[in-house]
Amino acid sequence: MLALTLRDVRRGYAGGGAALVVAFFLLVAVLFPFAIGPDAAVLARVGGGVIWAAALLAALLPVERLVGPDLESGVLDQLRVRGVSLALVAAAKIVAHWVAFAPPLMLAAVIAAGLLDLSGATLVRVEIGLAIGTPGLAALAVATGALVAGLRGGSAVAGLVMLPLAVPLLIFGAGALDPVGGAGAFKLLGAVSLVLVAGAPFVAGAAMRAGME
Amino acid sequence: MSLAFRRVACDRGGRRLFDDVSFALAAGEAAVVAGPNGVGKSSLIRIAAGLLPPAAGEATATGRIALLAEAAALDVERTVSEGLAFWAKLDGADAAAVAQALDAVGLEALAAVPVRMLSTGQRRRVAMARVVASGAPIWLLDEPGNGLDAASLGRLEALIARHRGGGGIVLAATHLPLAIPGAQTIHLSGGGTA
Repeated sequence: MLALTLRDVRRGYAGGGAALVVAFFLLVAVLFPFAIGPDAAVLARVGGGVIWAAALLAALLPVERLVGPDLESGVLDQLRVRGVSLALVAAAKIVAHWVAFAPPLMLAAVIAAGLLDLSGATLVRVEIGLAIGTPGLAALAVATGALVAGLRGGSAVAGLVMLPLAVPLLIFGAGALDPVGGAGAFKLLGAVSLVLVAGAPFVAGAAMRAGME
Repeated sequence: MSLAFRRVACDRGGRRLFDDVSFALAAGEAAVVAGPNGVGKSSLIRIAAGLLPPAAGEATATGRIALLAEAAALDVERTVSEGLAFWAKLDGADAAAVAQALDAVGLEALAAVPVRMLSTGQRRRVAMARVVASGAPIWLLDEPGNGLDAASLGRLEALIARHRGGGGIVLAATHLPLAIPGAQTIHLSGGGTA
């Protein structure tokens, strides 16, 4: 289990995977000021939501590389022959994907907050929200990756599968930015994230098994 | 330790590939699955490995299984020895077993080379080394001779003989002639019988 997680973390960081996610995230965050205009007050108000939307899109980027290559190269076959449960493999992948993607993203959010002129208090709320929400995003990414593994044009389908399911994370993550009513949103964000983390290994495991037959 | 098929049938893509395949292998025995391309040799190996449910009948294996499949299942950016060490850890094998296995397939000189630099035949031999290092009693080999040169084929035959001498079971699907003395032949033909 630990060996599996370490292997996937290494693969996540190797080949500039994490750097790509961070660069994409910052690029999306920078696109908004261009589209909305340079009014600092407007940017500061929408900035938190922009960071959440950018995080969601960035999370979509590595989905195709999470499970598909292992299905193709026969790694999943070899694991199953050794009696390793596929749900456990999926859980290891979720942990590994979170480690490879959440910390760089949270660091990049600090830079994005500077670019969007967010206040310190908003940045803190964004970071807490990301810390709570990214495990759910990682779980969703692995489950989606398992569902589209082996499909032609999988990445396009992955967006259609993953983004609607990530909407609750977006709603409560952005809702938690409200300094008055934010506490309830944090709890709901945590609840959504937990449900995703608890359910995704089984969904992903079943999807991998279906993909192998 | 045994491997047995009882009246096993296999469907792929809504088509019956083979049915009524029965055989039983005990310690030290071997079987070769023969037949033309697309007749279901790989599917039979996957059923034996428990990766594919049979459409009918029963496949039972008692004892640990090592599978040599078409895909190498090695991370191309890592070295041969790192790749094998990952699987050896899951198999509970030690570094000495990996080194011996690499030696047995004649690749000890390439241990520190990344897998992506290897030729097809060399990757095949690394995958065979994983089977050897696993220490599993049941070997399921899907086209083990593919891409191997004459010397490597000889080594493969010697490895199979040694494994059987130690009480192991070998089920090999191959369209190349492999010298496996005393092996049963499971002949598959379209929709045919064993």
